[in-house]
Amino acid sequence: MNLFAKKEINFRDKDIETIGREELSDMQFASFMSTMRAALRTEFYKNRFAKIGITSREDIKSLDDLAKIPFTTKEDLREAYPSGLLAVGLEKVVRLHTSSGTTGSPTVIYHTQKDLDNWTELLMRGLTACGVTEKDVFQNMMTYGLFTGGLGLHYAAERLGALVIPAGSGNTRRQMQLMKDFRTTAVHVTPNYMLHIAGRIEELGFKLEELNLKKAFLGAEPFSENARKKIEKSFKIDVYNCYGLSEMNGPGVAMECVYKDGLHIWEDSYIVEIIDPATGKVLPDGQQGELVLTTLKREATPLLRYRTRDLATVFKGNCPCGRTHRRISRIMGRTDDMLIINGVNIFPSQIEEVLMKKPEVGTNYLIELNKRDELDRITIKVEIYAKLFHGSMKELEELRDQLKDELKSTMLVSADVEIHEPGSLPVYEGKAKRVIDNRSKE
Amino acid sequence: MKITQISVFLENKSGRLYDAVSLLGKKKINIRALTIAESEDYGILRLVVDKPALAAESLKKDGFVANITDIVAVEIADTPGGLAKVLGALSKDKIDVEYMYAFVEKQSGKALMVFRFENIDKAVRSLAKNKFVIVGKKEIQSL
Repeated sequence: MNLFAKKEINFRDKDIETIGREELSDMQFASFMSTMRAALRTEFYKNRFAKIGITSREDIKSLDDLAKIPFTTKEDLREAYPSGLLAVGLEKVVRLHTSSGTTGSPTVIYHTQKDLDNWTELLMRGLTACGVTEKDVFQNMMTYGLFTGGLGLHYAAERLGALVIPAGSGNTRRQMQLMKDFRTTAVHVTPNYMLHIAGRIEELGFKLEELNLKKAFLGAEPFSENARKKIEKSFKIDVYNCYGLSEMNGPGVAMECVYKDGLHIWEDSYIVEIIDPATGKVLPDGQQGELVLTTLKREATPLLRYRTRDLATVFKGNCPCGRTHRRISRIMGRTDDMLIINGVNIFPSQIEEVLMKKPEVGTNYLIELNKRDELDRITIKVEIYAKLFHGSMKELEELRDQLKDELKSTMLVSADVEIHEPGSLPVYEGKAKRVIDNRSKE
Repeated sequence: MKITQISVFLENKSGRLYDAVSLLGKKKINIRALTIAESEDYGILRLVVDKPALAAESLKKDGFVANITDIVAVEIADTPGGLAKVLGALSKDKIDVEYMYAFVEKQSGKALMVFRFENIDKAVRSLAKNKFVIVGKKEIQSL
């Protein structure tokens, strides 16, 4: 693919998407003031601001005063559950999404009709930027329900006029049957589920030629560039990265365009900051840190300087597509999924990057951490890719040695590599659980 | 002159070898020769069977990672030094053996060994030149 080739650029709302930076900044300030007003109506922010001496929005004079406002964390959302962050009367609320709280108590985000419309609008921008039109058949393979990945994209694709298949996640054979029977052109799916299907198309009883798939939108969990390439190659499609989190609506906070070089974050709806997760200090563009977002348009649940725990950089420079909204990198990891192995910091994404480069290993993998003689041991379990098994022990041993070497040079820690049969590692149809940490149990 | 060998990747999990051979039994496939190469967490089961195509297809269908490879079956005199003679001839022609194993059945006075060579055609030429008897597909099936 030639990155410099001229591409067709489609806009949903060209005026907003290519707005001048100065004008955007003015718009942000105006929206920020209404967000402050909304925040002051919530029990949570009223108390918090009282503590730091902000009692009215007059205490904020410009966007530079943003730094005066303390961060909002996931923990705050848990404490404010269920209604501490609600800024409007319940009669104005039309929907809520809660997060399951796999790591703690639940959190909730309320939406007015205007909130939902704006969420849908941002997603329509993203889909349009990647060439989705009313001609597309859009199979939404994300879980519907409280999880925002399902409904978010559903409404956006539907409002664009695409034919939406609300498939939900799971039941791989039926997914493939739907894709084939209705000539699906675009899917929305988690990277791990797509990786699971990739390379198994024939095994599932289908042929690539029978499908009409052109694009996949991957979201809900971080994935590496090599995972993208692997999926693009197996399906012969374009894969686009879609970023979001339920606290900020859900998918569509930032989305790639046809250039697939960073995700445009919609700055008319969010203020973007990157901070050093250890000190909270705001970092300049280009430096990696934790993404901090402030909602600018949300009426029901305004959030100020929310720490996403996602690690990314904000790109310097403009995108050839002409959009002025800055780009963020793919999510490099999460501040809370960093592994510390014998004192060395490692992100699972670094491991994935190495594994996905190797065609001989399948798309599923597992990272296991154990303690042996007081030392942390990391074991990477991979599955062999059936078509590239030639019956040679030497090949398998070379593969294992190569993986060990490459992992060592990426992570600076030695890993054990185990090769397993395809289908023997657990499969996830939604968000995957790739790390099993047995260290505290032993 | 070549015969078909089936290689099956097996992870080191109890019952996995049983799964593979019982599947072949159910399909009425007879195992003529076998060996297992093993490492810490996986092994490769290598088989010579009477119906190799059916065996490979059934194994794959059942989720096994299987592959077919060409090997050469050679008759060896069942006397002291019989194997050494064959290996000596091959070594003289600078032919490397990747691995080898023996057949379960025995023809009277003869042992049957299978060889996997890096360069199979060169090996077959060398064996023929030295008048060793190479056993073909048909003979394996009728053993």
